[in-house]
Formats: sequence, structure tokens, C-alpha cells
Amino acid sequence: MPWLKTRRRKMSSIIAMTVLALFCLIAAVYAVLTKKTINAVIASGVISLTASIMFLIYAAPDVAMTEATIGAGLTTVVFLYALKQIKSDKGDSDD
Amino acid sequence: MIKYILIFIALVGLAWLLWPLTKDFSTPEQLNSIASQYVSGSVTDLNSPNVVTSIVVTYRGLDTLGEVTVLFLATAGVGFLLKKKSGSRSQRRDGSEILQSGAGFLAPLIMLFGVYVFTHGHLSPGGGFQGGVLIASGVLLMVMASTSFRFSHLLIQLTESLSGIAYVIIAILGVILLGANHFLDPRILPLGNWLSLFSAGAIPVIYSFLGLKVGAELSAVIESLSADGGEE
Amino acid sequence: MIMLVSGFLLVLIGIWAMLTRKNIIRIIIGFSILDTGIHLIIVAVGFVKGGTAPILDNALLRVPTSVDLSAAVSRVVDPLPSALVLTAIVIGLAVTALLLSFAIRLHKYGRSLDIDVYEEQKW
Repeated sequence: MPWLKTRRRKMSSIIAMTVLALFCLIAAVYAVLTKKTINAVIASGVISLTASIMFLIYAAPDVAMTEATIGAGLTTVVFLYALKQIKSDKGDSDD
Repeated sequence: MIKYILIFIALVGLAWLLWPLTKDFSTPEQLNSIASQYVSGSVTDLNSPNVVTSIVVTYRGLDTLGEVTVLFLATAGVGFLLKKKSGSRSQRRDGSEILQSGAGFLAPLIMLFGVYVFTHGHLSPGGGFQGGVLIASGVLLMVMASTSFRFSHLLIQLTESLSGIAYVIIAILGVILLGANHFLDPRILPLGNWLSLFSAGAIPVIYSFLGLKVGAELSAVIESLSADGGEE
Repeated sequence: MIMLVSGFLLVLIGIWAMLTRKNIIRIIIGFSILDTGIHLIIVAVGFVKGGTAPILDNALLRVPTSVDLSAAVSRVVDPLPSALVLTAIVIGLAVTALLLSFAIRLHKYGRSLDIDVYEEQKW
């Protein structure tokens, strides 16, 4: 990527990293404080997705690919399957 | 109330312990000596452009063997805990029309892309783990789309066991063919040309078996967790 | 540097979630957040200023057919933390799946997702 070599890369990547980091932390706090459990599961998927983009900006493409497929894909699906199995036994109340 | 105060004190204490680590950190200007040795060794000794692949398969191959063991134990644990009695009722509904026709079209393409990713692991970003997870995603799509889809458990178990055994056999072949210091050495196969598919020795072969094993294990986990899965 | 700080903050938020929530699924979500934070910290340590991805194709080595190693070594980031985190992400998924199957079995046994119900279980 040739734009990695110019000096203007520093400013735009710092702005991008700050926006992504704020998004990630707001999603994390929301995942802890919300009332319904399924909102927290979706928020943890959003955290994994922003972490994957941060890995890409820091020049680690293998890690970005793995985190995107596993974190934002399979982990969310595994949580949702577990919630479905629990709710199919009886209706329960959330925290 | 006292519990929340104690938790707050514990978190503040942990932050106070971690603060000097962030304050004194500065990104280095050049690679340290071990990393430059790995980068140059990957080009001259192993003929593989992807340095992360050559580290995972060759220089840190024992860690990958340990990871394979941990993954196997976790899959066995999930399969054991979620066993169902035979003859239980099926609780799944068919997917909608869009999902069924889309899944019939997309699932073979996803699996083909997964196989491409783990065979070209030494040439571009990717490798065994990513390809295995992609294959498990294709299986997940087929499971979600229709209730009449049954993945034969014998096939999954056979794939997983044979891939694991083949991985260990290739590792031991390095000791037999090349001498006592060469456990998991990929130089048992010829090194080939730079940037062609059949190059870098046994690295594509090892990564293919690893990708198949990871894909089979994660498919088994998803099959156990969906409402109809589980085996004896 | 930003990734290091956000990694540490995610670790703190994950530990806070594991300590103060009562629902078992929330505790497991906190564990997953803690895991992601640790991976961010490890990859942030391996960054080299002005570096690019550790994949050496001919454009990076700057010559058409042969190799020129000193140019490559001075321009890539550290590949070792990437290799460690690759393994750690997959193990994190496996452990999360195991925790969730424990939670499903507990719910079948005790009919509740609150951990205070299981406080006096003696096996």
C-alpha cells in the first residue's frame, strides 16, 4: 500500500484509531450495563469487529482475518444457539 | 454495599499496577534480533513468503501441536456435556425461502474458498485456522437452512481423527528422514520455486491437515449446540 | 499506543463484568471481552514504527526475481506476536463454547440462570 509511506498517513490513521477505540469502549460499557441479554451478545460481536479493523491498521492481516471470522462470526452464533437452547426449556428472566 | 466497594478497590488497584506498563512504552524503531532471524530464515531456509505461516508451522510448531490438543479436549467436552437421548423430538423449523435457495447456492462456494485459503497459506494472508473456520461457516449455513440436512457424524469423526494422526506422522517423519534435531521440519519435501503453489516443503501439506481438523471440530461443536445435535 | 490503552481498558471492563453480574451468560460475555482485550495488547506490543505487514512479496523485496533481505528486515513489523495471537483466538472460541455448554447443563439442573441459586451446591 503506497499510502503507508507518506507522512500524511500518521494523521489520518490516528483519527481512525481514535474513532474506532471510542466505538469499541462504548460498545463494551453498553454490553455490561444493558438490561436484555441478547443486546449484550450483539455488542460483543461489534467489539470483535472493531478489534479486527484495528488489527488491520496495525499491519497484522492474518490476525485481522482470524478475529473477523471467529469473533464476529462464530462466537456470536454460538452464544445465540446457547440462548435458544436455554429459552426452549422454559421462559426465564434476565439480570 | 460493601461488595461493590471492594470490587471498586480491586479494579483501581489493578489499574494502578498496569499504569507504569503503558506509561513507559514506546514503539521500537527496528526489529529485535529474534524477529529478524525468523524473517531472514523464512526466505533463505524455507522459501515461504508468509513469515507468520513459517513461524506457526516450523519455528513454533510445538505450540501449534499444543493448540490442537486443547481444541480436541474442548470439542470432546462440548460433545460429552450436550448428549441427547436417542429419539428426542426435533425442534428446528425450516428456514425461509430466501435462506434455502441462497444456502444451496452459497455453501459450496464458501467451502471452496475455505479450501483455497488453507492451501495458499504460505503465499498470502491466511492459513489453516482461517480456512477451517470458513469451512465450519459453510456447514453452519447448511444447518440453518433446512431441517432435513443431517451431517453424518461418522464423516466428521473420521476426518478429525485422520487429520490429527496425519499431522503427527508428518512431524515424526522429520525425525526419521532428517535426523534427531528436526522434529516438524518441512524440508522433507523439496523446496520448489519462489511463489509457486507447491513450494516451501511440507508447509502446505501440514496446514491442509490442520485446516481440515479445525473445520471438522468446529462443525461438531455447532452441531452439538444446535437444538437437534449430539451423538452417543 | 492507542491500541495498547484500549486493550487495557477492555481488560478492566471485562473483569468488572465478571465480578458484578449475576446472570451466567453475562459472566461469559465478560470473559470474551477480557480475551479480546488481551489480544489487542499483545499485537500492540509488536508494532514497529512505519512498518508494513510481514508478507514478503517481490514488491517489498524490491527486486524482480532474486531476494534482498536487508531491505525486507528493516520494513516489516514483528511477526512473532501475530503468530501467538492466531493460536490464542481459536483457543478462546473453544473455551467459550465449553463454558456455554456448562451453562446449558446448569440451567437444566437448577432451572435458573442466577449464580446465587447455585451457591450451596455440594457435589
